[in-house]
Amino acid sequence: MAAPPLKYKPNPKAPRQALPLLDAHVRAHSADEVALGFTPEQVSVEAQRCLQCAKPTCVEACPLHIDIKRFIARLAEGEFQSAHDVISEQSPFPGVCGRVCQHELFCEDACIVGRKWDPVAIGSLERFAADHARLRMKELAASYPKPTGPKVALVGSGPASLIAAYDLVRWNYQVTIFEALHKLGGVLAYGIPNFRLPREILREEIARLQNMGVEFVVDFIAGKTATLKELMEEGYQAIFIGTGAGLPHMMGIPGENLVGVYTANEFLTRINLMEAFKFPDAPTPVRIGKRTIVVGGGNSAMDAARWANRMGSETTILYRRGRVELKARLEEIEHAEEEGIKFEFLAAPVALYGDENGYVKEIECIRMELGEPDESGRRAPVPIEASRHRIPVDTVVAAIGQAPNPTLQKVTPQLITRRGRILIDEQGETSMPRVYAGGDVVRGGSTVILAMKDGRAAAKAIHDTLSSTPEVQ
Amino acid sequence: MMNRVLAKRELAPLVTLLEVEAPRIQRRWKAGQFIIIRPLESSERIPLTIVDSDPVRQSITMVIQAIGKTTREAVSLEPQALMCDLVGPLGEPATMTTGKNVVCMAGGVGVAELLPVAKAFHEAGNRVVALCGARSDNYRILDTELQAAVDELHWATDDGTYGFHGNVVQLLQSLAGPDTFQEGHVIGPIPMMKAAAEATRGWNMKLHASLNPVMIDGTGMCGGCRVTVGNEVKFACVDGPEFDAHLVDFDELTRRNRAYREMEQEALAHKCRVGLDVR
Ligand SMILES: Cc1cc2nc3c(=O)[nH]c(=O)nc-3n(C[C@H](O)[C@H](O)[C@H](O)COP(=O)(O)OP(=O)(O)OC[C@H]3O[C@@H](n4cnc5c(N)ncnc54)[C@H](O)[C@@H]3O)c2cc1C
Ligand SMILES: Cc1cc2nc3c(=O)[nH]c(=O)nc-3n(C[C@H](O)[C@H](O)[C@H](O)COP(=O)(O)OP(=O)(O)OC[C@H]3O[C@@H](n4cnc5c(N)ncnc54)[C@H](O)[C@@H]3O)c2cc1C
Ligand code: SF4
Ligand code: SF4
Ligand code: FES
Repeated sequence: MAAPPLKYKPNPKAPRQALPLLDAHVRAHSADEVALGFTPEQVSVEAQRCLQCAKPTCVEACPLHIDIKRFIARLAEGEFQSAHDVISEQSPFPGVCGRVCQHELFCEDACIVGRKWDPVAIGSLERFAADHARLRMKELAASYPKPTGPKVALVGSGPASLIAAYDLVRWNYQVTIFEALHKLGGVLAYGIPNFRLPREILREEIARLQNMGVEFVVDFIAGKTATLKELMEEGYQAIFIGTGAGLPHMMGIPGENLVGVYTANEFLTRINLMEAFKFPDAPTPVRIGKRTIVVGGGNSAMDAARWANRMGSETTILYRRGRVELKARLEEIEHAEEEGIKFEFLAAPVALYGDENGYVKEIECIRMELGEPDESGRRAPVPIEASRHRIPVDTVVAAIGQAPNPTLQKVTPQLITRRGRILIDEQGETSMPRVYAGGDVVRGGSTVILAMKDGRAAAKAIHDTLSSTPEVQ
Repeated sequence: MMNRVLAKRELAPLVTLLEVEAPRIQRRWKAGQFIIIRPLESSERIPLTIVDSDPVRQSITMVIQAIGKTTREAVSLEPQALMCDLVGPLGEPATMTTGKNVVCMAGGVGVAELLPVAKAFHEAGNRVVALCGARSDNYRILDTELQAAVDELHWATDDGTYGFHGNVVQLLQSLAGPDTFQEGHVIGPIPMMKAAAEATRGWNMKLHASLNPVMIDGTGMCGGCRVTVGNEVKFACVDGPEFDAHLVDFDELTRRNRAYREMEQEALAHKCRVGLDVR
C-alpha cells in the first residue's frame, strides 16, 4: 500500500492527549466504563502526533501487526470508517484491544515519538476507530460468504481462540468454538470488569465473528462433555486448545477457607459473569464487608480491589514487592489510586483469623524487604520476622496468580505438559498431531495480546497443514 | 445450549424429577458425576447430581429438592420448556470396587443421588445394602427403583411412619458392626454425612462421602467449592465431589455452605416483592 496523501503536518510536540475519564466520585459507585474515549478533536491532535515513519516500528511491535501507521493516517484525515477497515485487515477486536491491551509494552513502547516525547496514544486511537464503527458490525460481516472448508474446533472462547477463528473463517474453514461457561470471551467475560470493558463491546465484536459464520457452542467442556478424540471422530480436522490459565493459586496460609476469603477468580466471576454487583436483582451474591484486603499486584488484584471499593468497602491492596514491580496495566494502577484504593507495599499475609462462625475477621501480615534478584530478574521479597501485625478485615481476596486449567490435560495424557502448561513446537502444535495450543494454557498467565498472537500463529499453522493435505477429509 | 425438558414428575413434597434432553452427557456420564444448570437466563448456576439416563430418548434425569430460588425456578419448568444452560458431566465418578459388602447411605433428596452409585456398585459385582432416610413415609422417594438396584433396602423415617424409627446412622448402627461392610458411600445433608463418618471411624471400612459445597463454574476455575480433606485443600467440583468421609472437615463445610444464607433469603424475598407490588 502506498502511503496516503497526508492532509496534515506531523506535530509530535503537541501534548499526548489524556483520555477523558468518568469523575472519580461517580466511579466510586458505578459499574460504568471509566475511560470515556477521545473526542474527534482529540483524535485530530493525537493522530497528527504520529510521524508516519518510513519504518514504523510500532507495526512490528504490535503482536497482531495492525497497520498502525495507516489507520492513524486515516483518523487524521477524518476517515474514521476507513481507519476501522485498516484495523480489520488484522483484527476484529479493536474495541477490546483498544481498552485492555498492555500497549505500553508493545506498540507504544516501540513508537519513535516516545524516544523524545510521550509516545502516540495508539491504544486510545484504536479504541476510537472501534467505537466509531460499532454500528457497522453486521454490514461488515455480510461481505463474507458462509465458510465451506474443513471443520476446525477451537476449545475455549478467550482471545486466543477468538482471533484464530477470525483468521480461519476468512480462509473458509468451518470453525466451531467450544466454551465451558455459559458466556463467551474467557477472561474478557469473567475476569475483566465492565468498567474497563463494557460487555456490549465484547458482545458486538464476538457477534461479528458469528455473523461471519463462526459457530459457538457454550456449556461444553472439552475432556468432559466430549474428548478431543471424539471431536476428531466428528470430523474436526484440527483442534486448537485455548483453555487459558484459570486455576487459581492459593495462598497456602492458615485460615484460607474462612468465609469471606475469596480467590480473585471467584470474586470476579461472581461479580462480572454472574453480575453480583446487581444483587438482589441478579441472583448470585458476593460477600463484601466494610474492609477488604486484596493480596497481589497484577490486573486481577486491581480489578478485584476496584470492584470491592465500588461496592462500598474500604479497600487496601497488599503487595509483597514495591510499586514499580506491580504487574498490572499502568492505567489501571493509576485509576485504582485515583479511586482511593490504598496500597500497602512490601507486605504479605501470613495467617487469617475468623470469628466463632468461621467468618474472617483479621489478617496477620509481615513486612518485606527486597533482597537479591530472583529468576524473574526482580528483587525477591524477604520477610522481616519482627514485623508481624494484625489488621481487622471482613473480606480477603487472593489475587496471586493462576495456573493452566487442568481439566482437559487430566483426561488427555497424550498432551505433554510442564507444570500444567501444554508444550508446543514452533508451529504451535502439541504432542498430539493436528492439536495446537496457545495463549495462557501454554504461557501460564500472560496478556490478551500475546494470547491473540498465539491464536493467530496456530491458525496459520492449521491452515498450512490442512491446505497442503487436502485429501484428508 | 438450550436443553429441552422431556418429562417432569413430583416424587414427594417439594421433590421433583426432571428428565432433560442431553445427548452428549447421556453418552458419557458415570455414577457420582453431576451437572451444573441455569434454569432460566436470569438464574444462578447450581449443581445437581445425574440420577439416570436414557440412550433412546437421549436424556438425563435429575431430582431436585426445591429449597431456594434457583431450585424453585428449575422445578417450575414444564415439559417442552427449554432449560437455559446445562453443562457436564462434571466431577470424578464414584469410586468403585468389586466383590465386597457395600453399604450405601442417603437421606432426603440424597436418596436420588445415591441411586446411580448403588446401581453401579451392584453392577460391578458387590453385595449392596442401601440404607435410606426420609422425614416421613410420604417423603420416601424412588423406592421401586432402589429395590430393583440393590440386594437389600432398608428405610428409616424420623417419625417412624415407615421402617426403622430414627435416622440412617442409627439404622446403620442397629444393623451393622465394624466388620459388616468393607466399603461404603454416603450422600445427604452434612450433619448426616458427618454422623456417618463418626459412627464408622475405626470400623474396617472405607467410607466415601459425596460433598455438596456451594459451586459456581464447576470446572476448577473459582475455588469457591474448596473443602479441607485430611488437611489438604481440595476443589470439590474437580477433585470430588466424593472424598474419604473420615478425612473431611465437615464443620468447615457447614460454615462455608452457610456463607450466603441471609443473602439467599433476601434474593427469595426480593423475587416475591417484584411479583407482589411495584415499588
Ligand atoms: C482479572 C484479569 C484481568 C486481566 N486484565 C488484563 C488486561 O487488562 N490486559 C491484558 O492484556 N491482559 C489481562 N489479563 C490477562 C488476559 O486476560 C489473559 O492473558 C488472556 O485472557 C488469555 O487468553 P486465552 O485465550 O489464553 O484464555 P482465557 O481468556 O483464559 O479463556 C479461556 C477460556 O477457555 C474456557 N475453557 C477452559 N477449559 C475449557 C475446556 N476444557 N473446554 C472448553 N472451554 C474451556 C474457559 O472457560 C475460558 O472461557 C487479565 C487477566 C485476569 C484474570
Ligand atoms: C455436587 C452437588 C450435587 C448436588 N446434587 C443435588 C441434587 O441432585 N438434587 C438437589 O436437590 N440438590 C443437589 N445439590 C444441592 C443444590 O445444588 C442446592 O440445593 C442448590 O444449589 C440450592 O440453590 P437454591 O438457589 O435453590 O437455594 P439457595 O437459596 O441458594 O439456598 C437455600 C438454602 O440451601 C442451602 N444451600 C445452598 N447451597 C447448598 C448446597 N450446595 N447444599 C446444601 N445446602 C445448600 C443454603 O444455605 C440455604 O439455606 C447438589 C450440590 C452439589 C454441590
Ligand atoms: S493490539 Fe495492542 S499492541 Fe496492537 S496496536 Fe492495538 S494496542 Fe497496540
Ligand atoms: S512508530 Fe509512532 S510515530 Fe512512527 S508510525 Fe508508529 S505510531 Fe506513528
Ligand atoms: S465450583 Fe469453581 S472451582 Fe469448583
